[in-house]
Amino acid sequence: MNSSVIFAEAGASFPVLSLLVILPLVGAAALLLIPSSRSEMLRPVALLFTVAVAAAAGWLVAVFETSGGSEAGFQFVSRHEWISSLGTSWHLGVDGISLFLVALTGLLFPLTIIALDPGSDQKSYYVWLLVLEAGCLGAFLALDLLLFFMFFEIVLVPMYFLIGKWGHSNARYAAVKFFLYTMLGSSIMLVGIVSLVFLHSSATGGAVTFDLVEIATSQSLATTTARWLFLSFALAFAVKVPLFPFHTWLPDAHTEAPTAGSVILAGVLLKLGTYGFLRFGLYLFPEATSYFAPLFLTLGVVGILYGAVVAAMQKDLKRLVAYSSVAHLGFIILGAFALNIQSLEGSVLQMVNHGLSTGALFFLVGFIYERRHTRQIAELGGLQRSVPLLAGVFMVVMLSSIGLPGLNGFVGEFLILLGTFEANRWWAVVATVGVILAAVYLLWAYQRVFHGPTVGENVKIVDLRWREWVAVAPLVALIVFLGVYPRPALDRIEPAVERLVEHVEMNDGTEASP
Amino acid sequence: MERLVWLIALMPLIGFALLLVGGRRLGEPRAGLLATTATAASFVASVLVFIGLLGLEGDERSVTFTLFSWVPAGDLSVDVSFLADPLSITMALFITGVSTLIHLYSLGYMHGDENFSKFFIYLNLFVFSMLILVLSDNLLLTFLGWEGVGVCSYLLISFWFGDEANASAGKKAFVTNRVGDFGFMVAIFLTFGAFGTLNYNDIFADTSVVTSTTASAIVLLLILGAAGKSAQLPLYVWLPDAMAGPTPVSALIHAATMVTAGVYLLVRVNPLLAVADGWVLDILAWIGLATALIAATAAIAQRDIKKVLAYSTISQLGFMFVAVGVGSYTAAIFHMITHAFFKALLFLGSGSVIHAMDNEQNMSRYGGLAKFLPVTAVTFGIGWLAIAGVPPFSGFWSKDEILAGAWNNNKLLWALLLFAAMLTAFYMSRAVFMTFFGEKRWGAGAGNSSENMTETDEHSAADVEISSADDVEVADTANIGAAKTVSTAPHESPPTMLMPLVVLALLATVAGVLNLPFVKSTHFLEKWLEPSLYHNEAQLGFAGGTKWVLAAVAIVASFAGIWIAVQFYLKKVAPTRLVELDIFARAWRYDETITKVAGGPGRRAFDKIALFDRRGVDGVVNGVGSLVQTGGHWLRQFQTGKVRSYALGIALGAVILLAYFIARASF
Repeated sequence: MNSSVIFAEAGASFPVLSLLVILPLVGAAALLLIPSSRSEMLRPVALLFTVAVAAAAGWLVAVFETSGGSEAGFQFVSRHEWISSLGTSWHLGVDGISLFLVALTGLLFPLTIIALDPGSDQKSYYVWLLVLEAGCLGAFLALDLLLFFMFFEIVLVPMYFLIGKWGHSNARYAAVKFFLYTMLGSSIMLVGIVSLVFLHSSATGGAVTFDLVEIATSQSLATTTARWLFLSFALAFAVKVPLFPFHTWLPDAHTEAPTAGSVILAGVLLKLGTYGFLRFGLYLFPEATSYFAPLFLTLGVVGILYGAVVAAMQKDLKRLVAYSSVAHLGFIILGAFALNIQSLEGSVLQMVNHGLSTGALFFLVGFIYERRHTRQIAELGGLQRSVPLLAGVFMVVMLSSIGLPGLNGFVGEFLILLGTFEANRWWAVVATVGVILAAVYLLWAYQRVFHGPTVGENVKIVDLRWREWVAVAPLVALIVFLGVYPRPALDRIEPAVERLVEHVEMNDGTEASP
Repeated sequence: MERLVWLIALMPLIGFALLLVGGRRLGEPRAGLLATTATAASFVASVLVFIGLLGLEGDERSVTFTLFSWVPAGDLSVDVSFLADPLSITMALFITGVSTLIHLYSLGYMHGDENFSKFFIYLNLFVFSMLILVLSDNLLLTFLGWEGVGVCSYLLISFWFGDEANASAGKKAFVTNRVGDFGFMVAIFLTFGAFGTLNYNDIFADTSVVTSTTASAIVLLLILGAAGKSAQLPLYVWLPDAMAGPTPVSALIHAATMVTAGVYLLVRVNPLLAVADGWVLDILAWIGLATALIAATAAIAQRDIKKVLAYSTISQLGFMFVAVGVGSYTAAIFHMITHAFFKALLFLGSGSVIHAMDNEQNMSRYGGLAKFLPVTAVTFGIGWLAIAGVPPFSGFWSKDEILAGAWNNNKLLWALLLFAAMLTAFYMSRAVFMTFFGEKRWGAGAGNSSENMTETDEHSAADVEISSADDVEVADTANIGAAKTVSTAPHESPPTMLMPLVVLALLATVAGVLNLPFVKSTHFLEKWLEPSLYHNEAQLGFAGGTKWVLAAVAIVASFAGIWIAVQFYLKKVAPTRLVELDIFARAWRYDETITKVAGGPGRRAFDKIALFDRRGVDGVVNGVGSLVQTGGHWLRQFQTGKVRSYALGIALGAVILLAYFIARASF
């Protein structure tokens, strides 16, 4: 107890968050310096840097104080002048909402490097991967609107190349669709950010600032203006999540992306959208959030049911998992807009859970693809006989995805539904139907892929290799751990969520607005 | 000693963990022995806790043991915490006891299976989950056990996954149960909303904080959950298919333990049932009755011996539902225990027969087996007498209690339930006569095609016709059509399989002493369970004399059922098709109708939504995309590259919006 406090204090002076963002970039630069004659060095170096980031992220979780932090609940805050004439600064901080997303990012990147080979053009693959990691971490840690926007946009570029260059047959179409769709959303958000910043400075009469905490705490905007601005942010996040009906880029991007791309896309990138709703939607525009909550609750519920139904009908295993993401993220949105402690805590936890279980599912689907060179469910079958270990891992991950108590998915889903039930019971009841549907599409898929007679090329494929085992074992361990003992996570999430709920309740329009 | 309650659940968990790590290396039979030892240790722990509770005064027999905090969030706080009280320990005792016997039996039954150790991994995980279910001190942890047993059931039904039919049956069980789980989950939300806690003791401490409407809603939702797990209308359809699993699984999970979880849950929340409106309990009782009747009639016309037992289980669970519905909680638990003994016995006996007959499950190809399988025949016979309600075997006493409770509540309910009891005696006698009595219809001597044979073929042809979508039916038919011939004489099973049969036969004979009706002092179970029932047990409003008359009537009904079966199946005074109606064989077409709707309109609707996604939602996106592209072509006249034209469009839009916002801000 005592020593952790000391460590935390030491950590406060050590700019660990800046390190987290910069380290992958240093790694990328280092990779660029490796001559093509030493290409065997690329992977170890990339691995080294991502493992270092993972270690730093793990250390962050360990020393994170459950009792809260200093500045508006953020810990390890690091703030430096950046472009002072624009009022923007290098402002990073972590709280219970971003903490586990940072940890998840730190965990997933090295796992993809361990388990998967890029095939061609290793150098640029690893460089893009590291740039992607820096972008994700920056977006989760930024407390400055312009800085956030920059990171939010940066991630598009490496992802675009990862899908387009190392993807499957129809990768170009998917990559362009992904890029343009999300770009469209975020360009409108940029307008929102710029307007917000100028309106804020004219309302308060102070200098122009992009500082998130400052703008959020002053709540200076007129109600209608805030609602419009909220929508400009919400569109960008809704596309990113993706929220029904903005989801159709996702199945294409997932299906065509290389396995590492799918894992990162599902595990980390989609969370930028849900995280954005919590950090920027709820925090900046509490009144608008409550005002539009019914709309987003509805879209969340629609996503849960619709994603599940469409998933059930997919013939491509990867598309099926992609649509299951639409359903799962519907739960997260539901929790975010039910606006109470349980629902929000569940929502934050479920972001991590989805990253673990869907990340693992994409790994496993990728392993199957490497062996069978097909994603068509109809061409698979009886794999439990030929690859029992892979099947066993798939079973555990699938059950987590279905929301089986004792595994991680249940805790998040349960808290979301319980909280939503308090806020709006009928939406919670309808959303609970999604729990039935999840069993339908996943068990049906499992049966068609792993059960039944083992014939043809499905007979003589090899089971998990040790590298693949190393990649999925930590995910499975966390899936079980967070299901049985979620308390360490919930204890760290709760203070941030409590503060957010208070903030929303204080500003949700019960007071007179200018 | 009552504080050792955590040991009960820990033992099978240890067994599971050890087998998970080293089960394959241990191999046969050591993996199985380890699992059996773990379950036996759990039984010993249950006995110790039982003795500990006996040492306490009646009111103090409720001990909570908290391990750690599971889900703390805001004002919600759920612990991993066990409750040792008469109800939970009663459950734990018979669960661990029967489980140990069935583990032992499985050592013989699963001999030579390529996944021998995996079978025991699942079995230990099942026992662990089941114990969590009954020992939990709150609704959420009960739900964890509830889902855990569901998954184990799924894994074990599709244990021989190479056959599509088994895989489908497992999936069907899980999905159907999920419909019930929906009810359970919403009930949990509602309970937390109303009571602010999910802890049983805290909820029951003051049930006056909820309105009867809220209580009714909670109970109705829990009934939906219980109907899934305990295979009642409208969700019973998964259980007949679940017979695709290995027979020990059918005995343990789908007869003795897991399927009673719904009944247990409803008895556990008896203070809530007491607050709920009366009509809710009437619904419960009538669901039980309807299920008991439908399943009993279906059991009459089944050829597959395991299907007979499956429908019989559904029917008997219906009896327990009736008992809970009329407030005879002790009777429900009493029948649950005796049923666990005699139904596990019957299933294991059927397994012994199937084992001896080279996996033949069609009773039309049995006959005259008593001579070849003496131990199986005698023990099976005891199970038959117990379930048929012949005194002094255990089933008579427990069923009699339920009938008395029904009479107390509603005479029509009683009359119909009595009819179901008579049907029970009839279909079980039929199964016994077809299997162990009469001429043999297997092996070389089966050539002279008897009346039964032709009927079977007709029956199986009908099967193919009615449900080609239903994989299980098809598989059964294939099984029947294969016309296996037993080359050598059937042989009795090994001792590891016979020993459990003998022990269960003893228990099925004497378990009635748990709660004998003669005088107040022999109501052992009733007195023991009293602290868990909070005086909610319905008091019979009639004199002892009436009870004797009712018992006599029940005995007459039982013997009538047996007598009719003798006429049809031993003396053959009339052709059996007079009773084995097609509508019975197809279980009133309930399952096939659901399958047809789900596979027809249901699937088409799903397909339409998926098509809408591709053509509708994504169509719009692609349409906008090509529109922009066309615009880009047009813009190309002014600009050079395509990407830049997009950028221009975005920039233009941004400027316009920005201008709009700044204009708004100025006033």
